[in-house]
Amino acid sequence: MKVRVLFFASVADAAGTRSLDAELGNRATVADLRRKLEKDRPRLAGRLGKCAAAVNTVVVSPARALADGDEVAFLPPVSGGAE
Amino acid sequence: MMGFTEDQIHRYARHLVLREIGGVGQRKLLDARVLIVGAGGLGCPAALYLAAAGAGRISIADHDAVAVENLQRQILYGSADVGRPKAETAAAALRRNNPDVIVEPLAVRVTAAGARALVKGRSLVVEGTDDPETKFAVNDACVAEGVPFVIGGVVRWSGQLMAVLPGKTACYRCVFENPPVTPAETCEAAGVLGPAAGAVGTLMAVEACKILLGKGEPLAGRMRVIDFLAGTSRDIAWKRRPGCPACGAAK
Repeated sequence: MKVRVLFFASVADAAGTRSLDAELGNRATVADLRRKLEKDRPRLAGRLGKCAAAVNTVVVSPARALADGDEVAFLPPVSGGAE
Repeated sequence: MMGFTEDQIHRYARHLVLREIGGVGQRKLLDARVLIVGAGGLGCPAALYLAAAGAGRISIADHDAVAVENLQRQILYGSADVGRPKAETAAAALRRNNPDVIVEPLAVRVTAAGARALVKGRSLVVEGTDDPETKFAVNDACVAEGVPFVIGGVVRWSGQLMAVLPGKTACYRCVFENPPVTPAETCEAAGVLGPAAGAVGTLMAVEACKILLGKGEPLAGRMRVIDFLAGTSRDIAWKRRPGCPACGAAK
């Protein structure tokens, strides 16, 4: 199956892109996708685990099974403001 | 008219004619007790707009002093303020804008230990620090005390904000379970566009007004994520997470 992946804020910079398409085996989960992305793009290593993952704009747990055509967004906590 | 002074009727004239505010709403704003955590890039514009709007009692908490690097985005301060305490300096700027508002500077760092006492009894809290621990401390304290809050962040050209209505909508810990082990990216290291901070802080003030007024659809149960460079924004919905250590047990 194929899913659309969106990156936000610092993970978009680490990924070098704001979006990409990923091929996954059937029954793949959000955690599987995370592992694949971190393997394919070493600069993402260790980053996606800190992100909230949203499937089709709803935040989900890493164990969530994906379906063909899903859109998966990785959103890091952004602080900033005062210092 | 609803016990407003002559000055108030003129000062808040553009609110008084708004159907969603009027005299009843302006009275709600004037009666509000707001805590602003962090007088930085987000807290400055949020505090200034809330003071100008007549949010009647504003406490503003920041333990830091103004640094010259802050001036690019922390618009309550000028060059002459470098080295001065932020909370005091911000409070003076808010009083200058609107003497109608009672402003209390708090020169404290908000931690898990002290947060609950600080948020207790507030109508609303605005969280705009760059400190993940403070963000989670404010979340947990507001959820425990049932105080609605608006939380935001900005770095580089990206911003995010959301409101939390405790017991009704997902809290910050429903999405981000814990403060990151390694520090989140800071503005100091990564940079930030000044007006991007201004835009997010201002949106936080808009959400604060909606919640205080009880009008419109608050940005709760969803986080708005803005990419100012791409010119796009997106809402990501959050459901309350069963077993959330902060709000899972909230009644």
